[in-house]
Amino acid sequence: MTFLLQNLINALQWGSFYALIALGYSMVYGVLMLFNFAHGDVFMVGAYIGFFVSSGLLAVAALGFVALPTGVMLALILVLTLIIAMFLNTFVGMAVERIGYRPLRAAPRASAAITGLMIGIILETGNLALFGAQRRSFPTLIETATFQFAGVSVTNKKIMIVLVSLLLMLALHIFVRRTKWGMAMRAMAFDYVVVPLMGVPINLIALLTFGLGSALAAAAGILYGVAYPVLDPYMGILFGWKAFVAAILGGRGSVLGAGLAGFLLGFIEIFVAAIFPSTMRDLIAFSIILLILTVRPHGFFGEPYSARLRL
Amino acid sequence: MLLSVENLSVSYGRIKALHGVSFQVDEGEIVCIIGANGAGKSTTLRAISRLIPAESGSQMTYMGHDLLAYPADKVVSQLGISHVPEGRRLFDNLTVMENLKLACFARSDGRQIERDMERVFSIFSRLEERKSQKAGTLSGGEQQMLAMGRALMSARKVMLLDEPSMGLAPLLMKDVFSALKEINQEGTTILLVEQNARMALQFAQRGYVLESGNLVLEGASANLLANPEVKKAYLGG
Repeated sequence: MTFLLQNLINALQWGSFYALIALGYSMVYGVLMLFNFAHGDVFMVGAYIGFFVSSGLLAVAALGFVALPTGVMLALILVLTLIIAMFLNTFVGMAVERIGYRPLRAAPRASAAITGLMIGIILETGNLALFGAQRRSFPTLIETATFQFAGVSVTNKKIMIVLVSLLLMLALHIFVRRTKWGMAMRAMAFDYVVVPLMGVPINLIALLTFGLGSALAAAAGILYGVAYPVLDPYMGILFGWKAFVAAILGGRGSVLGAGLAGFLLGFIEIFVAAIFPSTMRDLIAFSIILLILTVRPHGFFGEPYSARLRL
Repeated sequence: MLLSVENLSVSYGRIKALHGVSFQVDEGEIVCIIGANGAGKSTTLRAISRLIPAESGSQMTYMGHDLLAYPADKVVSQLGISHVPEGRRLFDNLTVMENLKLACFARSDGRQIERDMERVFSIFSRLEERKSQKAGTLSGGEQQMLAMGRALMSARKVMLLDEPSMGLAPLLMKDVFSALKEINQEGTTILLVEQNARMALQFAQRGYVLESGNLVLEGASANLLANPEVKKAYLGG
């Protein structure tokens, strides 16, 4: 029981990263019917932006203009880092859409997929060229505190990561459900062609969709940096692919599905690693997923023919 | 003259759909374009709405503005030309109310939106009863009403209608056309394309006949209805 609970908590944290990234894949697929294969690297860029923003804020704080208790100051820096990096990464995502994908709207889907892979490589190698090959260590913004109850240990970081992720997903849900922008996204997912007849500028909605996904990816990057404070230019590749698998598992275009499947993937990986040698983790985890997809090729919430974006 | 189309040519790949079509619509008019399936009727409307590109040499002027300088969404939001597409094309995954609200996306005149919404509900009272239902659950007639209501919410200077009678029982068709008459009397100019030539010519003041991408006849509806060629080809003898 303790074993189960302990791993459940670990899995929730691990799944949060996948879920946040998978949402970006799913939204873009739902609205524009393309998989943005650069998304894993947009996550990496988000983590780096978070690194630079938080380092900068820490340096400013060290000047001592504002006197706050250390804990409060660090928490404030974390919140500011999240907000600023999410905001900045929005523009990274919008640039990917504008430069990479918009010229290819009418091109075969395979061209867009290849473009995505190339943009990903450019982001990785661009980072390498600009900032060098050394790994960066994400600054400590939370002093780890461990709580014990019923034999299970939980850190304040894990609680924060899971809560922030869930909060962001809720915010996305409300945005897509309650605002006219979200309504336009849902309309585009259903019938792309006639949306302009509603007076809706579809290029703006495309930018918005990429921007939202990238903001969530930046949040995932920062939360990841808080939990595992080592960043390198290639950190987004495997993570991106796994989150992509989660998006497929959830059902293409299903935002709820992407979120749930992200957590499911986290659960499978953590539990496999807890039972089997960790070298076998991905092998077994992805064999399980392959099996699920054999039975449900459209994923959990996907259907072969219907609105692509279910929110 | 409100809308003037000169020498409009459109191609889909290597297939030419319109071979230099020219026509005019005056303010307040109801004008129809009739023709067989595949004659280029929908293509004409789509080109006006800028959903598909017109070939060079084509000219379209609306109230002195060069239509070709506007992207599709601005044709609606800035020029005030709405378009009810063929087959309604509602957003089935949105509710009736959401479909109507989406059509106001670019509008910021909140008060007027409310008045327009009331007006739409007074013309199409069925829509108000069903406003929180998903559009996909409506009957064919209700869907056509929503498609027209949506167009009215998006813009109301000109309404382009693509086959409004399609798939409707004769009684419903009458309802739809009497609603359109009402909309026209409130100042909306109407350009409709129809396969149902008799219905369209009875409703419109003027008509054009489109045949494989060329306008071959034009005139007052009464004259077209009496024209032997039109009778033979489009009115069943």
